[in-house]
Amino acid sequence: MELTGAEITVRCLMEEGVEFVFGYPGGAVLNIYDAIFKQDGFKHILVRHEQAAVHAADGYARSTGKVGVALVTSGPGITNAVTGIATAYMDSIPLIVISGQVSTHAIGLDAFQEVDAVGITRPCVKHNFLVKDIKELAATIKKAFYIASTGRPGPVLVDIPKDITSQAFEYVYPATVNMRSYNAGVKGHGGQIKKAAQMLLEAKRPMIYSGGGVVLGNAAPQLVELTRLLGFPCTNTLMGLGAYPATDKQFVGMLGMHGTYEANMAMQHSDVLLAVGARFDDRVIGSPEHFAREARRIIHIDIDPSSIAKRVRVDVPIVGDVAAVLDELIKLIKAAKEPRDEAALSAWWTQIEGWRNLDCLKFDRHSDIIKPQRVIEQLWQVTQGDAFVTTDVGQHQMWAAQFYKFDQPRRWITSGGLGTMGFGLPAAMGVQLAQPGRNVACVTGESSIQMCIQELSTCRQYHIPIKIINLNNRYMGMVRQWQEFFYGNRYAESYMDSLPDFVKLAESYGHVGMKIEKPEDVEAALREAFALKDRLVFMDFITDQTENVFPMVPNGAGISEMILAEEL
Amino acid sequence: MRHIISLLMENEAGALSRVAGLFSARGYNIESLSVAPTEDSTLSRMTIVTRGSEEVIEQIVKQLNKLIDVVKILDLSDGSHIERELMLVKVRAYGKDREEMKRMADIFRGRIIDVTEKTYTIELTGPGAKLDAFIEAIDPAVILETVRTGASGIGRGERILKI
Ligand SMILES: Cc1ncc(C[n+]2csc(CCOP(=O)(O)OP(=O)(O)O)c2C)c(N)n1
Repeated sequence: MELTGAEITVRCLMEEGVEFVFGYPGGAVLNIYDAIFKQDGFKHILVRHEQAAVHAADGYARSTGKVGVALVTSGPGITNAVTGIATAYMDSIPLIVISGQVSTHAIGLDAFQEVDAVGITRPCVKHNFLVKDIKELAATIKKAFYIASTGRPGPVLVDIPKDITSQAFEYVYPATVNMRSYNAGVKGHGGQIKKAAQMLLEAKRPMIYSGGGVVLGNAAPQLVELTRLLGFPCTNTLMGLGAYPATDKQFVGMLGMHGTYEANMAMQHSDVLLAVGARFDDRVIGSPEHFAREARRIIHIDIDPSSIAKRVRVDVPIVGDVAAVLDELIKLIKAAKEPRDEAALSAWWTQIEGWRNLDCLKFDRHSDIIKPQRVIEQLWQVTQGDAFVTTDVGQHQMWAAQFYKFDQPRRWITSGGLGTMGFGLPAAMGVQLAQPGRNVACVTGESSIQMCIQELSTCRQYHIPIKIINLNNRYMGMVRQWQEFFYGNRYAESYMDSLPDFVKLAESYGHVGMKIEKPEDVEAALREAFALKDRLVFMDFITDQTENVFPMVPNGAGISEMILAEEL
Repeated sequence: MRHIISLLMENEAGALSRVAGLFSARGYNIESLSVAPTEDSTLSRMTIVTRGSEEVIEQIVKQLNKLIDVVKILDLSDGSHIERELMLVKVRAYGKDREEMKRMADIFRGRIIDVTEKTYTIELTGPGAKLDAFIEAIDPAVILETVRTGASGIGRGERILKI
């Protein structure tokens, strides 16, 4: 059957089982929009800014594990989308971004709304394509989905010139992809896995350090099984939260720059470290020089060989699908006959409990100003630990990570790698559309929320009933904190002046607004908001301006060199 | 350490810029890069000469492997290999310099491929170090122009990079 390029594009998306396309029209994609108008296989969500289209597709992908799809026009459409693409790239999120391009004959002539989309996005995509021939359109889209969703996932851009969308060609969607240059499935090396099992069984002060790869690789059940089987302490990175249940006693909290004292100390003092789907990045282990590499043996499992030995040399590298490798490990550990050093393990736990008793996340619970930590704690209680939580970037993000105890993967949706302010609200839209009827909270700050605030309009149009938890400290809190600690209290441009009245703002978009100023009102307000099942509620919590995130590892220090909360 | 990395990649528009972009984005050093299609018109072969510690070279190879267009990689420096580069040098050659230039070209097994009253153009092939040595050996004041292709390399004997 002959179809136009636009129709082929739409058919391919349907073939891939796409439910939502987040997008914004413009000249170069008008043919595609016309084809969308005539179909009912998926729903198009009209955002108010292309950055939000990509973040929303990203939120959809993170919460479901499926590929998110965004559609933007050429020129400013794709440049607006770049922040979203880079955000997804840094966190390895599977996305397809379709961008319109000027017609093939106009490419390179500085045509109206022409930019080199493939060139601009090259450093922040897993791969990208410019479709120059209608014959290749369907196969290219098929490849794009395959590349985005296999191996270490990531965003893939497909740039389609306008003339290609109007030409007609016989439509066949290829059943399979065959690429000699791309091999997604790697099986962990059996010998290495045996070595790893042996090392784990011999450990006296073991530690399991798991990252976003465990969430992306759907390996949380295996992580939990292995950790329980071994009885070892487990920490998650910011990206890995929820992979191991936070309420479990073997969980020692998040590690890293704002990790718990016990997690960072256990990491630093371990003798055998099992790193799973994590990448030893600077926010996690601080400076590699202070990591005391020689003090321990390291096993590292990752699907991406370039993540291994990038910042820290390891003893047992295992390249492979994390879930499959963990399955193998579990088998070996179960079959092992050698007695283990139970005494050493129990002494190690005693040491960890000592660190834990420091209670590094304590804060003033009797303050008459709202403490942001308390808001998150109560959010956790009110939603019974079962909400999907998106965030922006800053102090609120760290408090959400520390105080919302995620017991399941894919509930915690945050921009960890790029640290993109403006991510929270549009990501929450994508999550809520994917999870109708579920509680979705966007924890944000008064500065971040203003970066994509226009999306309140999208939420109104599609009745997206997310709950916005605005921790309003009138400061770019995280910037202010660094200025307080490292710049002699010189608060250069970090005060957020001239804030809008968020209640009125929410109301003007047709939502419910609430302003909460007293600690004793926090819980009731949260209950009231979450009871409004079908409304977006913007909750403006007026919080303590001087509160800081503790513990904190200063930039470039070792992770056991933490600044702790001042004694209360 | 200097490494010569050979790679086969899809002969697609933009493949070269992916490699070049990777090197600049990650701050890897490129001494030279040469690329041309192979006997199989769907494949290009690229030779990259780079320098770095063992860890950096390991990352370079891994990162190159990650590029979707890259089909296969071989670090030629891991084993015995042959390296060749072509250089064209235009030199001032008159009076007593003329004979001397001819002699130098002969010593380095160069060929004079263009002659005018005042100049010679010399063609020289060999490993990069030999070409460097030639430049060192002649008087810098007589060099008018040089152009080099960058190194190409191939493994010795049964060491073959093919898909
Ligand atoms: C797009 C973008 N610009 C700048 C930054 C740098 N930055 C990191 S945190 C932060 C302050 C965030 O303030 P707010 O949203 O009020 O959150 P708080 O830290 O107060 O909780 C800034 C400016 C960033 N992460 N993203």
